[in-house]
Amino acid sequence: MEYLSNILFALILLLGVGYFTRNVKRLIRNINLGQAVDVNDNKSERWRNMVMIALGQSKMVRRPIAGVLHVVVYIGFIIINIEVLEIILDGLFGTHRIGLKLLPLGVYGFLIGAFEVLACLVFVSVIIFWIRRNVIKLARFWKSEMTNWPKNDGNIILYFEMVLMTLFLVMNATDVHFQALNSGNIVSQNIVPLFGSASEGTLHIIERSAWWLHIVGILIFLNYLYFSKHLHILLAFPNTYYGSLKPKGAFNNLDSVTNEVKMMMDPDADPFAVPAEDAEDEVPAKFGASDVQDLNWLQLLNAYTCTECGRCTSECPANQTGKKLSPRKIMMDTRDRMEEVGKNIDANNGEFKEDGKQLLDDYITKEELWACTSCNACVETCPVSIDPLSIILEMRRYLVMEQSAAPSELNNMMTNIENNGAPWPYNQMDRLNWKNE
Amino acid sequence: MSEVLKVPTMAEFMAQGKQPEVLFWVGCAGSFDDRAKKITKAFVKLLNKANVEFAVLGTEESCTGDPAKRSGNEFLFQMQAVTNIEVLNAYEVKKIVTACPHCFNTIKNEYPGLGGNYEVMHHTQFLKSLLDDGRLTVQGGQFKGKRITFHDPCYLGRANNVYEAPRELIKKLEAELVEMKNCRRNGLCCGAGGAQMFKEPEKGDKDVNVERTEQALDIKPEIIAAGCPFCNTMMTDGVKAKEKENDVAVMDVAELIANAQDL
Repeated sequence: MEYLSNILFALILLLGVGYFTRNVKRLIRNINLGQAVDVNDNKSERWRNMVMIALGQSKMVRRPIAGVLHVVVYIGFIIINIEVLEIILDGLFGTHRIGLKLLPLGVYGFLIGAFEVLACLVFVSVIIFWIRRNVIKLARFWKSEMTNWPKNDGNIILYFEMVLMTLFLVMNATDVHFQALNSGNIVSQNIVPLFGSASEGTLHIIERSAWWLHIVGILIFLNYLYFSKHLHILLAFPNTYYGSLKPKGAFNNLDSVTNEVKMMMDPDADPFAVPAEDAEDEVPAKFGASDVQDLNWLQLLNAYTCTECGRCTSECPANQTGKKLSPRKIMMDTRDRMEEVGKNIDANNGEFKEDGKQLLDDYITKEELWACTSCNACVETCPVSIDPLSIILEMRRYLVMEQSAAPSELNNMMTNIENNGAPWPYNQMDRLNWKNE
Repeated sequence: MSEVLKVPTMAEFMAQGKQPEVLFWVGCAGSFDDRAKKITKAFVKLLNKANVEFAVLGTEESCTGDPAKRSGNEFLFQMQAVTNIEVLNAYEVKKIVTACPHCFNTIKNEYPGLGGNYEVMHHTQFLKSLLDDGRLTVQGGQFKGKRITFHDPCYLGRANNVYEAPRELIKKLEAELVEMKNCRRNGLCCGAGGAQMFKEPEKGDKDVNVERTEQALDIKPEIIAAGCPFCNTMMTDGVKAKEKENDVAVMDVAELIANAQDL
């Protein structure tokens, strides 16, 4: 019986990590629903971006209050998780504070002391985050797309962090042996009086409970990620690595269109020529995107990475002036539809079964797409290099090239370009008239 | 206008067997829009004054395809691009300057992939290089001490990280350069980009250009400087909507430089 808790611990750990792994595989499968895109260039610049933007949080601190608080929570989160290593070792081997055996007391005390200070700072920061969301009600957290799940999700994460930090401190405060060492209990010693009259036995029960709840809580939180905007703590790294290195104004040229245009411009091209054997594969099913499978995998990774902070939406000129467009909603819709498609595939033995729905219209409306000024404010401000504009453009391409569904004024503009080489109905032969006016 | 502008075409240069120093890509707005034509002329006067050997394509120029591309019509964009590139390459053009950030962005960033590789400069960058090289000098003149704010065009600023060239030109006027709440990489769009110029805005509670004009008027400038013919139109309309057209002028940076020298 003495190994019961070790076995139980191993089982819980296996279950927690196992379910998470299963969902990570599903996540990768869903991202791979997207089209191929070549992002293997400039590796050193990409690493630099990842280190600066994801690890270094360089874009987070552009908004100083949220940025600094986020850095505190982020550093706290990463460093305190070193403690989880000890918990896992203790749990598996039935030891208690194995770190004390492996490290000199001074070093161990310093580490735990640092964790305690960080836990305290994280707790305070998270409270401020909660107040910003729920009391001050910052506008970007109360936009129309931030109802129901997205709203609750934001708060649940904060509660999780509060509970985990509390459990960590309570665990230390009620550990009589640890307190007796009087090293590293910099914060927890102040909590000890709260348990003033409790017997050693009671304290031990509280300590054990806090210990178990802490590790179980962490495993639940780990598994919560897949269902939450909180995935950004992992995906921010690949997302900033693969983020665009080109000037923001450079929109991609569609190769499939280039081939067609070259054919049209080439006087020697034979329109009746039999296509080469493998040519069939190169012709895309459609131009632009009406559903998630038409987007590229990087755009889908973007969608999973979005943490719904809403900086993009708060900078968007269309959204600021009351239009329906919200770049954050574009990302949230893309993710929701991707999840729907993923579940469909799971339910149909790995094959997507037509469900009569698509990203366009069922999630993102034309009105939203046509409200974009392509100003790149959303791209510039995103702290994790997400590009909502590229999705908007891809969907406009579908509307125009597959459905001829541009607003009529734009059709007029395009007809003018086609006929006169200018967006207005002026004759190309009059282009130099200004010289003599 | 008494003085005659010298505006040679590439065809004329070719006929003489010569290459100009730079091609001035006028753009559709600069060619046809009444307001933008004034910017074109102001820039040409400066080029003439600095004795820059430039040429235009004239009737051989056509839309870069920017509004078509941003509307989603990649076919039309590439048709325009490939046609323009053929003309540019036939004239062996190496360097292009344009007063339109949309043309600037498209030729600089989207033409290379289709076979058009040129050194492309925005006219504020080009004017700054003329000043740096001592080919053009600027005194404050009528703008000395005036409160001027610069509105960053999205396709010059965020899209291509050009923020300082226009500002340095304004500072050369000995003017008081004041910044709006949103400037440089945080600059708010005028509302014209992404082909919005050519359509009515979607339903909302305000027009983007009014929002941006309010930001400008908040800091009480005498002049709102622009570097894009479309921004110019949007901001001019915004100033009119706020009934401030008698107090605040909207002018292109090239016009400021040219007017300062009474050109």
